[in-house]
Amino acid sequence: MDMRISPRRKIANAVMLSLSGLCTVLVISVLFFILGYLLWHGSSSLSLNFFTKLPKPSGETGGGMANAIIGSGKVLLVATCIGVPLGFLAGVYLAEYSGKTFAFTLRYVVDLLNGVPSIVIGIVAYAVVVRPMGHYSALAGGVALGIMMIPIAVRTTEEFLLAVPNSLREGALALGATKAKTIFTVVIPAAISGLISGMMLNLARVAGETAPLLFTALGNMFMSPGFMHPIATLPVMIYNYAIAPEEDLHQQAWAAGFVLLTLVLFINVTARLIIARGPASSRR
Amino acid sequence: MAGSTYVPSASRPTASSFYKRLRGGDEVAYLLTFACAVAILVIVGLIVVELWTNSQPTVKQFGLGFLWSSRWDPNGGHFGALPFVYGTCVTAFLALLIAVPLGVAAAIFLAEMAPPRLSNILTFLIELLAAVPSVIYGLIGIFVLVPIIRDYLVPVLTRLFGYLPIFSGDFYGVSFLSAGLVLSVMVVPFIISVSREVLLAVPVDQREASLALGTTKWETTWQVVIPNAKTGIIGSIFLALARALGETMAVTMVIGNTPKITPSLLSPGYSIAAVIANEFAEASGNLYVSSLIFLGLVLFGLTIVINALARILVLTTSRRRS
Repeated sequence: MDMRISPRRKIANAVMLSLSGLCTVLVISVLFFILGYLLWHGSSSLSLNFFTKLPKPSGETGGGMANAIIGSGKVLLVATCIGVPLGFLAGVYLAEYSGKTFAFTLRYVVDLLNGVPSIVIGIVAYAVVVRPMGHYSALAGGVALGIMMIPIAVRTTEEFLLAVPNSLREGALALGATKAKTIFTVVIPAAISGLISGMMLNLARVAGETAPLLFTALGNMFMSPGFMHPIATLPVMIYNYAIAPEEDLHQQAWAAGFVLLTLVLFINVTARLIIARGPASSRR
Repeated sequence: MAGSTYVPSASRPTASSFYKRLRGGDEVAYLLTFACAVAILVIVGLIVVELWTNSQPTVKQFGLGFLWSSRWDPNGGHFGALPFVYGTCVTAFLALLIAVPLGVAAAIFLAEMAPPRLSNILTFLIELLAAVPSVIYGLIGIFVLVPIIRDYLVPVLTRLFGYLPIFSGDFYGVSFLSAGLVLSVMVVPFIISVSREVLLAVPVDQREASLALGTTKWETTWQVVIPNAKTGIIGSIFLALARALGETMAVTMVIGNTPKITPSLLSPGYSIAAVIANEFAEASGNLYVSSLIFLGLVLFGLTIVINALARILVLTTSRRRS
């Protein structure tokens, strides 16, 4: 019996395999292009002023984004205080307590929430916080981002808690610990590195969100006291400066883009390395 | 309610033991986590209710005709959604046209061809690509991609296909084409990572059986693995579609923000998300704001339906395996 493969099939094989490899290279090169371009263009526009100075009134050059850096921090703090506890505890419920039907419903709803466009979440935060208060605020921006943090918080908590071996739970229960004690002193500590990295990834994801902040946190050109006033954030500043006509502002947008991307990618790489090395990954 | 759903011992707890457990913290933890789970459902319900009630003025004024009217004239008090729906669909379709072949091919490479170590590293990089904030894509889009399209791509396109209505007219840089290209880069990581997972879920013995019959690697992939994973791959495309429809910042920055319906991909347009991002903060008047919120409701409805479909498709493929 002739077992040879015809040349035509061999060629088709080689061509299609290399094409698929080529597509992968193309996609990856986009990442390196973005990184390289921002590194080159952004770092040259970056100076100490960027971190310490306030934006200059339009027409003047110079100035920095100190207010936006602090503003982003504040908005993210509010978001974390809303999204992380809510998502974490619901995740604990899913992993440790829930029955089948309710868990399926909740998971499905959480996945759908994850797919809701960020701009729509912004509208809801506007209707629920901005409108009753009568003005834009850091709080409203935080509420919008907080809602966006919930889905990932739920799913990572559930995933990492389920990765904890059952023998640990059984051991604790056999020693006479209550279910709550087992969960909070045995199961959660066992999964803690994964949980923290998951929450970091979650934070990095919303740190770059712009759309829901446009009409919740709005922005301004000075330091904003407290949480009840409009507040500047890095992503919104990048957007406003990028569409502005002045060349000087474009340079600042690049610098801000560089800072934001570095921050986001740094958190991503660290968190993913922790997850990959952690004990929870053994199950995958 | 809690006492009846969570019963750790064989006998039902009496009232006194219920309080004992409550004091011991056991029931408190259950109630707390359950409350958070319910709170999330309430929040999602709230999103629907807020969008619905706040868009009522527009619904009352224009009815469903809002969706079919192409006149968007805030000063004249007339609002129609068609230019935005059109722009959203055109850019999303264009993005998928580019991203689907690219993404599925890359997923095939990562799942079938690449050695596991290399595949993991490349997947890691692709996940980083998904983590790049949308506004950064917009920045690159405005200052790098648009000039490249204007100087290199469009002259070639108009010379070769200028007789087609989709490549007719003048090109100013910001356009459906630019938005579609930026979007395609943004959604491709989603197609790759979900499709790769789905392909990896196809049992190894399917591949081995096919290879043992004397097929080449590509024939096995195309005739055995892909048909097995088809539903899941379609699911990943739906996920990407939902992303593309809802994507805001990058599109706003390169689409041109002109509420116009033209067949030409080279002319500026508008999308649902872009008009909300651009005009919401400055919208004056109840009807204007409620029209924008109604557009948000339309977008919400679209993405929910597509996402729900995608989840079902991905779920059915992964469940059949396990």
